[in-house]
Amino acid sequence: MEFHKPRTWPEALAIKAEHPDATPIAGGTDVMVELNFDVHRPDVLIDLTEIAELREWFTVDGRYRVGSGVPYARIIDELGATLPGLAMASRTVGSPQIRNRGTVGGNLGAASPAGDAHPPLLAAGAEIEVASVRGTRLIPADEFYTGVKRNAMEPDELIAAFHISPADGPQQFAKIGTRNAMVIAVCSFGLALHPSTRTVGTGVGSAAPTPRRAADAEAFIAGELDWDSPLPLRDSVKRRFGELVAQSASPIDDVRGTAGYRQHALSVMARRTLGWAWDEYRRNR
Amino acid sequence: MYDSGQEPVRDNENRLSRRRVLGSGALLGAATAVGTTVGVGSGHGDPAGPEVLGAGGVDITLRVNGRDRALRVEPRVTLLDALRERLDLTGTKKGCDQGACGACTVLVDGERVNACLTLAIMVRDKEITTIEGLARGDRLSPVQEAFLDRDAFQCGYCTPGQIVSATALIAEGHTRSAEEIREWMSGNICRCAAYPNIVAAIEDVAR
Amino acid sequence: MSRPTKAPDKAPDRITTPITGGVGESPLRPDGTLKVKGEFAYSSDLWMDDMLWGATLRSPHPYARIVSIDLSGAWQTPGVHTVMTYDDVPGEKLFGLEHTDQPVMAHEVVRYQGEAVAIVAADHPETARRAVDKIVVEYEVLEPLTDAEEAVFATDAPTLHPGGNLVRHLPIRRGDQHATADVVVRGEYEVGMQDQAFLGPESGLAVPAEDGGVDLYIATQWLHVDQKQVAKCLGLPNDKVRLMLAGVGGAFGAREDLSMQVHASMLALRTGRPVKIVYSREESFFGHVHRHPAKLYYEHGATREGRLVYVKARMFLDGGAYASSTGAVVANAATLGVGPYEAPNVTIDCWGAYTNNPPCGAMRGFGAVQAAFAYESQMDRLAAELGLDPVEVRVRNAMAEGTTMPTGQVVDSAAPVAEMLRRVEAMPLPPAAPTDSYDLRELPGGVSNTTHGEGVVRGIGYGIGIKNVCFSEGFDDFSTARVRLEVIAGEPTAMVHTAAAEVGQGLVTVQAQIARTELGVERVTIHPADTQVGSGGSTSASRQTYMTGGAVKAACEKVRGLLLDIARERLHVEGQLHLDGGKIVSDRHGVLADLAEVLGDEVIDETVEWRHRPTEALDPTTGQGFAHVQYAFAVHRAVVDVDVDLGLVRVVALDCVQDVGKAINPDAVVGQIHGGSAQGLGLAVMEEIQVRDGKIRNPSFTDYLIPTILDMPPMKVDVLELADPHAPYGLRGVGEPPTISSTPAIVAAIRAATGLAIPRCPVRPEDITGTA
Repeated sequence: MEFHKPRTWPEALAIKAEHPDATPIAGGTDVMVELNFDVHRPDVLIDLTEIAELREWFTVDGRYRVGSGVPYARIIDELGATLPGLAMASRTVGSPQIRNRGTVGGNLGAASPAGDAHPPLLAAGAEIEVASVRGTRLIPADEFYTGVKRNAMEPDELIAAFHISPADGPQQFAKIGTRNAMVIAVCSFGLALHPSTRTVGTGVGSAAPTPRRAADAEAFIAGELDWDSPLPLRDSVKRRFGELVAQSASPIDDVRGTAGYRQHALSVMARRTLGWAWDEYRRNR
Repeated sequence: MYDSGQEPVRDNENRLSRRRVLGSGALLGAATAVGTTVGVGSGHGDPAGPEVLGAGGVDITLRVNGRDRALRVEPRVTLLDALRERLDLTGTKKGCDQGACGACTVLVDGERVNACLTLAIMVRDKEITTIEGLARGDRLSPVQEAFLDRDAFQCGYCTPGQIVSATALIAEGHTRSAEEIREWMSGNICRCAAYPNIVAAIEDVAR
Repeated sequence: MSRPTKAPDKAPDRITTPITGGVGESPLRPDGTLKVKGEFAYSSDLWMDDMLWGATLRSPHPYARIVSIDLSGAWQTPGVHTVMTYDDVPGEKLFGLEHTDQPVMAHEVVRYQGEAVAIVAADHPETARRAVDKIVVEYEVLEPLTDAEEAVFATDAPTLHPGGNLVRHLPIRRGDQHATADVVVRGEYEVGMQDQAFLGPESGLAVPAEDGGVDLYIATQWLHVDQKQVAKCLGLPNDKVRLMLAGVGGAFGAREDLSMQVHASMLALRTGRPVKIVYSREESFFGHVHRHPAKLYYEHGATREGRLVYVKARMFLDGGAYASSTGAVVANAATLGVGPYEAPNVTIDCWGAYTNNPPCGAMRGFGAVQAAFAYESQMDRLAAELGLDPVEVRVRNAMAEGTTMPTGQVVDSAAPVAEMLRRVEAMPLPPAAPTDSYDLRELPGGVSNTTHGEGVVRGIGYGIGIKNVCFSEGFDDFSTARVRLEVIAGEPTAMVHTAAAEVGQGLVTVQAQIARTELGVERVTIHPADTQVGSGGSTSASRQTYMTGGAVKAACEKVRGLLLDIARERLHVEGQLHLDGGKIVSDRHGVLADLAEVLGDEVIDETVEWRHRPTEALDPTTGQGFAHVQYAFAVHRAVVDVDVDLGLVRVVALDCVQDVGKAINPDAVVGQIHGGSAQGLGLAVMEEIQVRDGKIRNPSFTDYLIPTILDMPPMKVDVLELADPHAPYGLRGVGEPPTISSTPAIVAAIRAATGLAIPRCPVRPEDITGTA
């Protein structure tokens, strides 16, 4: 195995162009498991940790550009107020040790349907900035995940950052695990209210081959919410929203749970998180 | 995940390490390794370009518990294996090899990480602290002392990871309540379930 | 006995750290400083410069015929020193704890997924693993037998072993077999397969010795039973197979059977080089036995006042591919199948079967766990049927000293079951969850943010368990202790040498406490446990403080007697003398002399083999007999919050009352209660090896979940000390009872919160939400 440690982003892209099969590594919390268990034996590793801009975040025209190498611990500490949904999800990632190293970039690269970062990125309408020697492009989160552990990247591309608007309304994230810590999601749900566009964003995790939005649920609830004179949501509306979220999923039975449970749990999480978010919106008006 | 170099390993005192170099050169695809190797042996790449380290083994220096330790590793060697098998620091334990038990917790630049999920080659320029680096000779660190006093372990296999993790937790300031301590210790499994005593030990030090 | 040829780095060493207390105190662990410094050497930490690494090829199939094995790929791998199969086993080809039915490596057939087929030694662990991957085995895959009940009764089931599929059937017949009752409750229960999941996977180092034997450094629970089995398989006399206990990273039953012991020894003897084998976590799931999954059919008959008239039960324990300790597990489940209750009429049958599932054997609680889940569930059903409080129905049937067990054995020491129930019931309850605010960490689901209080219902449940302590059924159960007293640097020093395995329970502390108390000396050192002294018996069945503690006490008494004889002679005194604070003390004249002065250059070195009172075999047709040495009890009250919509559970409190006879080390007792309770909690709500078609689906710590610190509730622990006159110091075994009672208590609390029947543990979210 060859190990490359580029100092700059152009260097990293050049290496990736030369070695399209190379595996990038930042926090290592995903890649190393595959190495340790011999699932994956890359010929070339690209260590991205020296590239300073990947570990930075800043705002561009009011949107946040968060480098793919910012670990979860820093997202919680530094971006908790502006990206609450992602911060809530980050708090459930692995353990304190994992959160010190693991990154959203790693979650995106692995594109596991169970990755905790995906639902809040989907709900917030984030875009993924990928780059190669050929140039840079932004991929909307809901076009990024293309299959089980597959994403829309070309072999010569690396993940530079994700772009995400600061929360313009309440956000929520909920995740099912059968233990109170250090657990891979049985299923998860992210929700973002967008008062500025009068829309609701959703993200469903670990309940389909890819993380995905619940489009029908989003459309339904957008038509139900009165943003100007918000009243408490009727239970029937919350339940319908939950049902539509559950219907958007196509889960399987596996070692962590049954398909039936996942759909049921999604409906419960969806209606609860919607209620919490809407109540918060009403309180803060 | 062991290096396959041919040279005896020397630490910075230039005496032969207890840890014999393993391997026959036929491992891990080493025999077919390709690629120009730049800067091997220096531990640092050509400042003008990216650093590339080849499969034949790389001379690196790790700064562990305040000492520079030179060793030769294949790039895929984890920090955990480097510590245990190469530097004779067996206090850090292997429990799961996937970051799910915390037995291998060490500090890298003061932050707790799972050594099993960290490549040795990626932490060359970092300050690494293991369980062996906490006591000052016979004087135990406050966390070690508290774990002993509170009987916060039984078999002791998870204990180095627990103590390193607790040391970081206290430095992070996550000690405002028992609940907070528990949340921030939840990456370290203790199968003997000395958990109540672990919380008590950490509270003792934080107080 | 010859000494090891050469010792590895970090070989076990004498523990010399002084302790401060005697019996009844809680001194710091003498091995504790090493453990907190990371210097305590576990079996995986051993090293020799010229050592090789072993690796094991395992069957991917639960049941298959081996058509051919092609080892050439492994042999051709550079760095490989040897490759061995069944054909290379030098001695007996089979081993086993109770039945020698398990091949050292598979021969002609594999009976479970993970069965060892071939072993390799190479100069590098990675080379060894790669070489293993290059071995080509052609299998003719067979349909696995995966149901214990079918294995015993289905006429078309394949026969897995020459003697059939039954490991043991034990009937218990007591009283009127046709008794009837006014109130009858029935239930079918299931217990999933639990794993011991110790944190330090199997490992050891075998060193070939100059005399043709082998020195084996190993983490185990019973050095001598390993020695016996390894020697047979190697075709060597016992004294050429010397075992040294290396640091043990948890055991809980999983180290009672052999794992890599014979394999490493074979490779070492063949290559003439030390061989180390360390299992990965995944391999560990295949490398040791698990807790028997069980199916239990119960019927309880009672009077309208809630007094038991009869108990009938049929239990099936799935022993998996090899017997391990299934026979003894069957005996426990059957003889303890009524629980700590009086029932005049009992009809119990328990079957332990061979299947093609993973082999099952010892785990903390050992048969009593499975039975308790069923009988405690039944007691709750009975309470509900009668409209009685769950504690009340238990108290009305509580056994006591003098009770006759279903085996006919009369309980002849304290059995304060009713008092324990009343005490746990009287403990203060945790405060109700606040309704105006919430902390996610105090809610089911925790920081995963699944509820802010919605759907959360509190439930309270009780569970009580009974466990036999020490080995039963007429087994010649003994422990050996050697105690040496001499003056070193002017200070009288006792050295304690046993073969009993310290696995974290604190046995080395207890040994030193007993020596200090019995010999009145300050300084005690603990010799490493090895086979150069007689057997200490197994670190299991909650027996070591009783047995090895008893042996150390007896050896100390013998040493003390000899010392006082010397004192009488040298000091020219007669009458009663005793030892206190390093002094020879006379009842009449007070302090006579320093122990050190009297002893001078003499060394007193005595070895004692100590036995508990004998037990009897059980009658094979009626299950009657004085089979158990001692009974121990624990009771739990669990308080849980259940999110009934999502099926997530948070255990809020788990309070415990346990009678320990005499707490030799009170802190260690509480630690055992914490640990046992947590493992019971795991079985209640999260821990299960999921086996489908004979294959393990979750051999990892990401999918086999064990409780974290956030899953463990605060515990109030009330320790009773009602002495057992038959036991040393009156003590009662401690380690297992809390594992037995916490599971049914938690499941009962979940039932109370949900109103669901919940006949199976662990309880999954699917079971609560009806989405299984």
